[in-house]
Amino acid sequence: MEEKPKLKVTLLTGRTIEQGAGKERGKSSKEYVESVSVCYIDPEDMKKLGVKDGTNIQVSTAFGSVVVKAKKSLRAPHPGVVFIPYGLWANVVVDPETHGIGMPSFKGIPATVEPAPDKPVLGLEELLKTVFRKG
Amino acid sequence: MPVVKAVTCPVCGSLCDDIELTIENGRIVKVKNGCAMCEAKFLGYCGEHRVLKPMIRKNGELVKTTLKEAVRRAAEILAEANYPVLYGWSNTSCEAISVGIELAEEVGGVIDNTSVVCHGPSILSIQDVGIPSCTLGQIRHRADLIVYWGSNPWSAHPRHIERYTAFSEGRFEKSAWRSYVNKVKALVGRKKIQSAIKRLFFKKPVPVPPPVSEYKPYPSITKEGRKLIVIDVRRTKSAEIADYFVQVEPNKDYELLQAFRALIRDQELEVDKVAGVPVEYLEEVADAMVSCDFGALFFGLGLTMSSGKLRNIDAALSLVRDLNMRTKFVIMPMRGHFNVTGANTVFTWQTGYPYAVDFSLGYPRYNPGETSVVDVLLRKESDAALIVASDPVSNFPRKAAEHLVENPLIVIDPHMNVTAQMADVLIPSAFVGIEASGTAYRMDHVPIPLKKVVNPPRGILPDEEILRRILAEVRRIKKKMGEAA
Repeated sequence: MEEKPKLKVTLLTGRTIEQGAGKERGKSSKEYVESVSVCYIDPEDMKKLGVKDGTNIQVSTAFGSVVVKAKKSLRAPHPGVVFIPYGLWANVVVDPETHGIGMPSFKGIPATVEPAPDKPVLGLEELLKTVFRKG
Repeated sequence: MPVVKAVTCPVCGSLCDDIELTIENGRIVKVKNGCAMCEAKFLGYCGEHRVLKPMIRKNGELVKTTLKEAVRRAAEILAEANYPVLYGWSNTSCEAISVGIELAEEVGGVIDNTSVVCHGPSILSIQDVGIPSCTLGQIRHRADLIVYWGSNPWSAHPRHIERYTAFSEGRFEKSAWRSYVNKVKALVGRKKIQSAIKRLFFKKPVPVPPPVSEYKPYPSITKEGRKLIVIDVRRTKSAEIADYFVQVEPNKDYELLQAFRALIRDQELEVDKVAGVPVEYLEEVADAMVSCDFGALFFGLGLTMSSGKLRNIDAALSLVRDLNMRTKFVIMPMRGHFNVTGANTVFTWQTGYPYAVDFSLGYPRYNPGETSVVDVLLRKESDAALIVASDPVSNFPRKAAEHLVENPLIVIDPHMNVTAQMADVLIPSAFVGIEASGTAYRMDHVPIPLKKVVNPPRGILPDEEILRRILAEVRRIKKKMGEAA
């Protein structure tokens, strides 16, 4: 069987205007969920992975893994850097280490990205149930 | 239809106070002057995600209850807990925060605000190094050089550039928007020409433009008026309108800051590149910084969350101190939530410390890394939580949120957010700045009043009133427990 391409990347999380407006509409609104369950990737990296805009991909770090939709970054070039907006999907994989000052490491986390067209992007309720077994 | 003018927007730390709202039948129907986030808040505050009744979890399900019952249950949980955490506070009024601190003292818990996961490291550095700062008004009128480092105002503070920095029309500095419009037009023109060439010579390779940081420097050094520098790991929308964009490699801001410090002190760097940026380009940018009359450096979470954290801010503050030997320069953190600065301020008035305050010994203690909420949760020490106007389950790393939802969880919030879905007691509240008045602090520490423009839904109280009722109930329970003992 052909081995799936995997890419070592640096994961960043942060704000986008869609995430900002979505959170004000409501955390379970379609706009919000769609704005935070995505991962922006450099177009060159997408070619390397063999994924298209909208393909499901799995982002894994030492702290967990999550399936999100790949999105072609309009902010390229940033090869080797992927970006997930702040939200539950990002926080499943971020580094909780606070280095003794209270601030977890939300940016610059080593991660791997691989195509996952067969795995679904979990909705809010499903993700909460999977991660916290409550809600 | 009545129009309410000069409304303050309760979304981000910019606190734009020129919003005009049109009210019809007790609902906001039109927003003027607001950004996308502002419109979403003022038009969507009373949407389907609004919680209208207090709720309590019974047999794993949230069921409706009375306010009195919800307040009693919340007070019981807090009074019985040994080490509760009281977290949030950045999206409510200073008045509510003040009552919250009283409550934390009463129950002997840890009270923390959202600055712990945004500008907490900045506060620690400011305590170490100091901060040369000023108001946004002064920057608007006087600054001729603006630097955004690790911050993307276009997305996080959409009107910051227009109201306070490069695009604002100041008394002594003109707006630079016209030159940016020309620049954007030129860029669009260039792209059109490129695509025309692509169409004409199909399949022939089109020359790829070099990465932005390797462009020949924009001739800003001779440019009149305000200049804009953006330093970030990605070419954000804010970077596209900048005169200089420095694309730093992730986690290498500290190196770059120290390189700038060396250049400003006229020292030579014996390398070709620092953090992925050619030194020649850095020299141009350093020249622009030194040759301005009044510079302002705004920094965001790109510095506080990346490797180095508080040390990045140390270096940024020191860079501004160095720049002040050559010219006039100020620095300011880009605060996210509308009253996170107010939370820091009220915490400091009442406890002596800006965040992460522990009352478990009966007096306020502050040691971020130990008394900060994420660390308390990671060590699994807390046994209950009260969350006010915040959504930590969706904003904290998974490990920390896991412990938060394992214990009794009280949530006071107008919306059904992710944390509210996990709550054991959920008390809906009125939106401060829409349905309740109050005070908030802008990112430059200027207090601004928030207006009440419409009435809250029937039976919904402001955060301050709900907290007062919980505090009174906690005191009653504790008195009873004391008498029984």
